[in-house]
Amino acid sequence: MSDIPVSAPAPSMDDLPDFSTRVRGAVSSSPFYMGVVLLLLVAFFSFTHPATFASSFNVRNIFLDASVLLVLAVGTTYIMIAGGFDLSIGSVLVFSGVAAAQVMLMVGSTDNLGTVAIGFIVALASGAAWGAFNGFCITRLRVSALISTLGSMGAALGAAYLLSDGSDIRTVPDALIALGHGTVGGVPWLVVIAALVTLVGGVVLHMTVFGRHTFLVGSNPEASRRAGINVSRHLLKLYMLSGLLAGFAAMLSLGRFSTTTLEGHANDPLEAITAVVLGGTALTGGRGSIIGTVVGVFIPAVLANGFIIMGVQPFWQMVVIGFVVIAAVYADQIKRGRGERL
Amino acid sequence: MVGEGDTLMTMPPTTQSTSRHGTPILQARGITKRFGHVEALRGVDFDAHAGEITALIGDNGAGKSTMVKILSGVYAPTSGELLVDGAPVRFGSPADAHALGIETVYQDLSVCPDLNPSANMYMGREAVLPGLLGKLGFLDNATMRRESAVAFKRLKVALKDMDAPIASLSGGQRQSVAICRSAMWAKRVVFMDEPTAALGVVQTARTLDLVRRIRDTGVAVVLISHNMRDVIQVADTVEVLRLGRRIASLRNDGLTVQDLVGAMTGALDAEAGLVEPEVAA
Repeated sequence: MSDIPVSAPAPSMDDLPDFSTRVRGAVSSSPFYMGVVLLLLVAFFSFTHPATFASSFNVRNIFLDASVLLVLAVGTTYIMIAGGFDLSIGSVLVFSGVAAAQVMLMVGSTDNLGTVAIGFIVALASGAAWGAFNGFCITRLRVSALISTLGSMGAALGAAYLLSDGSDIRTVPDALIALGHGTVGGVPWLVVIAALVTLVGGVVLHMTVFGRHTFLVGSNPEASRRAGINVSRHLLKLYMLSGLLAGFAAMLSLGRFSTTTLEGHANDPLEAITAVVLGGTALTGGRGSIIGTVVGVFIPAVLANGFIIMGVQPFWQMVVIGFVVIAAVYADQIKRGRGERL
Repeated sequence: MVGEGDTLMTMPPTTQSTSRHGTPILQARGITKRFGHVEALRGVDFDAHAGEITALIGDNGAGKSTMVKILSGVYAPTSGELLVDGAPVRFGSPADAHALGIETVYQDLSVCPDLNPSANMYMGREAVLPGLLGKLGFLDNATMRRESAVAFKRLKVALKDMDAPIASLSGGQRQSVAICRSAMWAKRVVFMDEPTAALGVVQTARTLDLVRRIRDTGVAVVLISHNMRDVIQVADTVEVLRLGRRIASLRNDGLTVQDLVGAMTGALDAEAGLVEPEVAA
């Protein structure tokens, strides 16, 4: 436990860490452990139930089921890396879906791509507006993120009920339904779109100044402020991004289910947070990755699907995932505690 | 009220005035600062010269931290004048001070423990790739890593890992990263607010060495410290604040802890036959 090695090695002058360093870093990361767990799950179910689990129909279903959650979880990854919380995304999704569905109804002509485009604009705008409201409450009014987004979770859902008079809107443009059910090269459009959102989200998070500031703000907001980063403005942008993605997910959900699914999204924020935490993003902010979130979305999805195929009651998935989340965070703390004592 | 600082600078034999060599790189003239009815600073003069370590000392409540915040752009003075290289300047924010090459190291570590050393060195000033990718905000990690390594090497700071989050470094090494960052960006002045307050004995010695090496790069270092032994070890000049005024500007040739404590508490004034500032006012 000596504080400083007497003769510490000089820093390497190479521009980038050498290959073995990078491999070592990647292998010791949470996404890697969790990726191994996911692969083992997939291997297990594929081996025991090759005809059902590994069928292209079933695989497509797993991806389809995961796609809406994945879009939400990308936003949640940004929020949590910045040390924040967003419980409102499920309600914002519902509100954006209702708002978009109503505007599309008013515009008329149900098989028109223009109508769908207007729907997208409405959904994205209302999602971003709720995000801006969250960001305002958190950065200007200084109400904690947990409370602010808990409040807007209730408010957005209530507003959605008011807008829709309490019943689902089931008239959705055919063009949007075609998007929700169509495929490109055998892959559902929804999966392709969710994959693109995830890819862009990962590139921006890990390769740009915006992403770097997200990590810095989450790791030490005061130091970030002193370094000249406008922390409040950055957080506001992140909550708007989270809302925007919820609005985007609303359109995907409308296309898939042809209804506004008022009752169907209460658990979305918790599922997104579970996925993000499983993927190794620290609750305290400053650490995390999009690839981890992808793994974290698919572990519960694969487990639920596999249990159904095995004839195990699917409720077991909830039990197992609950304990797995706790175990994952515990393992992460042990690992980090060891790192900090060095 | 502003003028009396000059009369009080007539000091005992071990001291002399600051008119040693050329224009100070950073100068403050007659700085006052009021918070409501509280007058934290009552006409303070201050000089920092390039290639020197100027210690700013004073008892609690003497106005040290207020003074540093004014000099580094966090507060605006109620009255008085700041000069950089002899030219009057006005700081609206720390960013204005940064733009003039004035950096601050804070006593609580101003680093992001979850990120690696080069991300910390460049925080808020990230290098981007050339061309379109840079306009889109893509980071140039290779350049940041290379330049950070150069800065660490220049200041003889050996980090055990350039790629791990700095949470895995010792407290002293983390403080080294914060100090090297300031040194890398400071063209003129580095303020260090109690840089060794959180460190152990060995780490403190290493940090003071680092402070000297930064001085030797030619910038002005301003050290704010409670630790008189640290001050005597590294300072070239000691500016003493008491009750919102600079009451002494001491050249450090053979200063003792007693000299400094005497100046801070007023015992020295009495010895030298000086009047108490309150009486003078």
